[in-house]
Amino acid sequence: MKMQLIQPFISAADCVLATALDGPAAIGDLTMDEQDYRPRGYAARISIHGDIEGRIVVDMAPETAFRVASALSGQQVEAADETVRETVHELANMMIGNAVTLLNDHGYQFKVLPPEQHTSDAPVQSKSDTEELAIFFDTSCGRIFLSVRMRYNLRERAHRIPVPALS
Amino acid sequence: MKPFTPLTRKNDNQHVRYLVVDDSVFARKNLGRMIESFGGEVAGEAGDGCTAITEYARVKPDIVLMDVTMPQMEGIEAVERIVRQNPDARIVMVSSVGYQDNILAALQKGARHFVQKPVKPDVLYEIIRYVLNDDTANVPAAPAEVRS
Repeated sequence: MKMQLIQPFISAADCVLATALDGPAAIGDLTMDEQDYRPRGYAARISIHGDIEGRIVVDMAPETAFRVASALSGQQVEAADETVRETVHELANMMIGNAVTLLNDHGYQFKVLPPEQHTSDAPVQSKSDTEELAIFFDTSCGRIFLSVRMRYNLRERAHRIPVPALS
Repeated sequence: MKPFTPLTRKNDNQHVRYLVVDDSVFARKNLGRMIESFGGEVAGEAGDGCTAITEYARVKPDIVLMDVTMPQMEGIEAVERIVRQNPDARIVMVSSVGYQDNILAALQKGARHFVQKPVKPDVLYEIIRYVLNDDTANVPAAPAEVRS
């Protein structure tokens, strides 16, 4: 997977987490894996289809999800309820939506599907034949994981503008 | 959330009534909290474009906050249908997907503004002031593609 595909997701996640959780997020090391992603707790999977095809998983441990839900909803959330799932989905939507915006403005067109929930520790099945890129962000609420598995669906068009690297 | 100077309608100085349209319950709650901090009232909610049209006719809100990507009918189509029947409708798009095509399509169909998620309360406040025709509003810069 080319760096110009993953970079918008890292940049968007960093920006959204800093804004939504009202504090900076430290970006962890990027790792690659050929195995299917195994969620740690509350995970939302979003698939995209078009010039680029694949899936993104936003995942966090239950305690982190409770803290994120509390921070974003403005009320204490301590139990596994609908609010937690909704919050993780909305956070994933914002992260992926912002990344999609960056990619679309650079010439890639695709459709984003609504998030799917993953709360078990079963691996997230992926059809893509590419490796998985995983990264984590340390936030004030805890560690949030991002897994991206994606590939080009069409041959690259010459007019596309390269996505700038994270500064 | 910090308190804001309450926004009121120009014609009768009453609080502003909102219709919040988003398929995420969490997003609707979150926008609802912002609206309350602006001194407004959530007069109606909808989780898709079809329900938004029905709710608009029922509650006749002063402002609609409309998501783009939703099941059944997406936000931009709902904007077109609402504005066709209600040319004075004030609709602000609120979406995490803020690319050029989406923004231009929404504005062409009659939306008054577009704000990208995550929404900052002070940004939304100024946009609503602008949309309510307050000429003193300090409107945040529109995305570059809209300015050009």
